[in-house]
Amino acid sequence: MRGRDFENAGETSAEVTAILKDLEIDPDIILRVGVVTFEAEMNVVMYADKGTVTFILTDDEIAVEVADEGPGIPDIDLAMQPGYSTASDEMREMGFGYGLGLPNIKKNSDAFVLASEVGKGTKLHSSIRLDGNG
Amino acid sequence: MRLEAIRDLLQCEVLVGAHLADLEVDTAVASDAMSAVLASPHPLALMVTGLTNIQSVRTALIAYMPAIVYVRGSRPAEATIRLAREKNIVLLSTSMGMFDSCGLLYSHGIKGAT
Repeated sequence: MRGRDFENAGETSAEVTAILKDLEIDPDIILRVGVVTFEAEMNVVMYADKGTVTFILTDDEIAVEVADEGPGIPDIDLAMQPGYSTASDEMREMGFGYGLGLPNIKKNSDAFVLASEVGKGTKLHSSIRLDGNG
Repeated sequence: MRLEAIRDLLQCEVLVGAHLADLEVDTAVASDAMSAVLASPHPLALMVTGLTNIQSVRTALIAYMPAIVYVRGSRPAEATIRLAREKNIVLLSTSMGMFDSCGLLYSHGIKGAT
């Protein structure tokens, strides 16, 4: 994923949800994975220079790991507050940047870890249990 | 409510017809912010938005929403229409604003997806 590439943002989540549908994973789980991945993709595109997303599917869960190179997040607690955003008007015109992305990711995750180093980048780990009993 | 009835109610232009005649919706989510739509995803709900970029269709796909009504006379770019056609997402466009569109839908029994 590349920063500012708004045109292709969302393709990764479209691809992974299509794969999970082929694997006949529960649609509710696919929805949650889709929301997590789409929001994380948009965060990379909006704020970072570039990033990678890794999916790990086991018998019990699907993990989504997103690592980016970018400015990092100075205050993670603040960034997690619904409505808090540092997005520009341009980002909001794309339909994102309203301070809901990270809360959406956390809400849809059974386990959620966000770590960031200012000036270097951010790593996000989200895992979703396949039995829906997180 | 049948999507054909919504088309007539909001005096919509049909941009992508897909399965228009077969679809019914009981709930809707209205916002220009896609994260707000994703915050209360409701499978089979109608999306009402003024956001016309390709992310509107991608959001509908992620959230299992079968149709989008673009308000304020806004029309998506060709790439957005192409993706919707490929994925069978119905796209409608109305010249009405968001408030009037939602008010009419609500008065005809469509409830918010919360």
